[in-house]
Amino acid sequence: MKKVIMGTEAAALAAVLARVQVVAAYPITPQTVTVEELSNYVATGELEAEFLSVESEHSAMAACVGASATGCRTFTATSSHGLALMHEMLHHAAGGRLPIVMLNANRALSPPWNLYCDHTDSLSQRDTGWIQLYCSDVQDVLDSILIAYKVAEQAMLPIMINLDGFYLTHTSEIVDIPSQMEVDRYLPAYQPAEKVDPDAPSTYGAVCGADLYASLKCRRQKDMLAVEEAWLEAANDFANAFGRLHPTVEAYMSEDAEVVIVTIGTAGGAALLAAQSLRREGVAAGSLRLGLIRPFPKRSFTEAVKGAKHIVVLDRDISFGAEGIVAQEIKACLYGRSFAQVHGFVAGIGGNDITPEKLIEMVRQALSGTGDSVFLGESTWVEVIV
Amino acid sequence: MTKSVFQKDLLTPGHMGCPGCGASLAMRYVLEALGENTVVVMPAGCWPTFVGLYPSTTLKVPVMSVPFATTAATASGVRASLDRQGRRDTVLGWAGDGGTFDIGLQALSGAAEKGVDMIYVCYDNEAYMNTGIQRSSATPRGCWTTTTPAGALKREPKKNIMEIMAAHRITYAASTSLGYPYDVMNKVRKAKDLSGMRFIHLLAPCPTGWRHETQLTLEVARKAVESRVFPLYEIFGGLEWKINPMPVKIPIDEYLDLQGRFKGLSLEGRVDFQEWVDREWAGIQDKCAHSQAALSV
Repeated sequence: MKKVIMGTEAAALAAVLARVQVVAAYPITPQTVTVEELSNYVATGELEAEFLSVESEHSAMAACVGASATGCRTFTATSSHGLALMHEMLHHAAGGRLPIVMLNANRALSPPWNLYCDHTDSLSQRDTGWIQLYCSDVQDVLDSILIAYKVAEQAMLPIMINLDGFYLTHTSEIVDIPSQMEVDRYLPAYQPAEKVDPDAPSTYGAVCGADLYASLKCRRQKDMLAVEEAWLEAANDFANAFGRLHPTVEAYMSEDAEVVIVTIGTAGGAALLAAQSLRREGVAAGSLRLGLIRPFPKRSFTEAVKGAKHIVVLDRDISFGAEGIVAQEIKACLYGRSFAQVHGFVAGIGGNDITPEKLIEMVRQALSGTGDSVFLGESTWVEVIV
Repeated sequence: MTKSVFQKDLLTPGHMGCPGCGASLAMRYVLEALGENTVVVMPAGCWPTFVGLYPSTTLKVPVMSVPFATTAATASGVRASLDRQGRRDTVLGWAGDGGTFDIGLQALSGAAEKGVDMIYVCYDNEAYMNTGIQRSSATPRGCWTTTTPAGALKREPKKNIMEIMAAHRITYAASTSLGYPYDVMNKVRKAKDLSGMRFIHLLAPCPTGWRHETQLTLEVARKAVESRVFPLYEIFGGLEWKINPMPVKIPIDEYLDLQGRFKGLSLEGRVDFQEWVDREWAGIQDKCAHSQAALSV
């Protein structure tokens, strides 16, 4: 069935289709519609689940931890300050090996207050041990949540599905909604191998010594690194069942490209158009959208950009004192593997739109070394007054 | 030959509490009343260390050891999950005064307002004992701690957590003291027979922090009640107050003098302490009389 819905509605619908059993959430702009929709689905009985209206995001994630550890499929949604407030619990959920799936609407952090798109909220949580995915469109939001449960419950790691605030949360698009029967076949009920259970008492979150602590962290890293392949496998199964492929990286004309524009989130569309225009001008350009950013899809990414001489990275975020976070990730991935020059651009934050024209300008500045944007440290800032 | 009141003994010997630890005894009493079908949710503090180093455990019931502010919130998630699975096990939120009066208060208020079906026990030892005896908002006025040292003893009176919980109009709130094991167990059993948010405020002395002899834990806990420093009462539905039968009143000195933490209290400080005790006691009596009168109308 096809319907015209917003990203926040698609997320709620995906949770229904995944038959989540416990939802604990706190509303925050621009995620709010997801929370409203889910409480409504529970009220009407369309979703047979417990809906917990908690008093904060910190408590939302704590409630998800309690519900997931005792064996239920669990969902929550947040944004920006809400995600920041959860920080402690993000570490806890990942350390507890709990397959919670969370929607995060990417939004700026204050001050100054701003409700619009910025990826710093989620990217600054990249070391909490969560798998992180960034969506390109509304269909991607719905599908990714279904794939996410499959991957999370296999890896026993939590997944954060990110969607650009307003660009996706509040944009209505045509979405193909799979039937419940099809989804049930793809995603069977959650059967945890272990859980907190009065019939078989155990301790969740026990105290341990250095030897075991280090070994557990090492095992988690091993399992996290296996997620790139696990995602590809689950995405392939999904493509076979539903005819839509959601790979870890989405490359366009990158095979013979000398310059590749790299984005995350919704800017992928503009990057694709920019690459097409540049090709018409005779520049061998391509584009690449990173879906997965934790774990970093090293294999797919390295393969996709192996011929590139220049990589232009769009960062809707900044790690102060360093540079854009996606650019850092790419440099870390390519060090010793490629001689491509990485050009980081910080743009599109706080509500500035990313258009193909702006991206073309970034590519020109990267290749010529001159332009209107401001070079600062390792990054070039677009549309700023210094 | 003595006969133990503990039939279930869900706390095994060999836990890592200090000699005379009130918090460990408190768990023993509470679990005796609740039985096996209990999931304990506890925050960081002394208790997770009592549970022990992996793979050992000192409890025969499942435990979730969670971040400091989240006892009631995590317990809410556990409750929802068990409900979804059709299970009626008791969810026990278990936190000290730090995790209840201070850092965990927001989550507790959230769960209390929603009447989440759990028993929440605050074992109150009147300071942050795990980190080394720092003041909490449950520390009494005039008390020494490492952050209210000699010369700067605590100025503010103890926060009234029972009134805060009553203001949420929860099903049941009761204060009880380790000095009266049957009172503790009876109140926990009563709580178990009810549903919704049930709150037990349990005074559990800490010999290390209170600076008293380790064999005096129960005596100190009894004298807190006898002196009316820690009265025993129940609040039903937030409005119906009931003082429990109280022992013969003793002067506060008999309670304070057993403990090193009040050594620095001046004569004026003691007068002030007595005034606080009398005022709080009168307040409870007023509320009890008022709710009795309201009931008889």
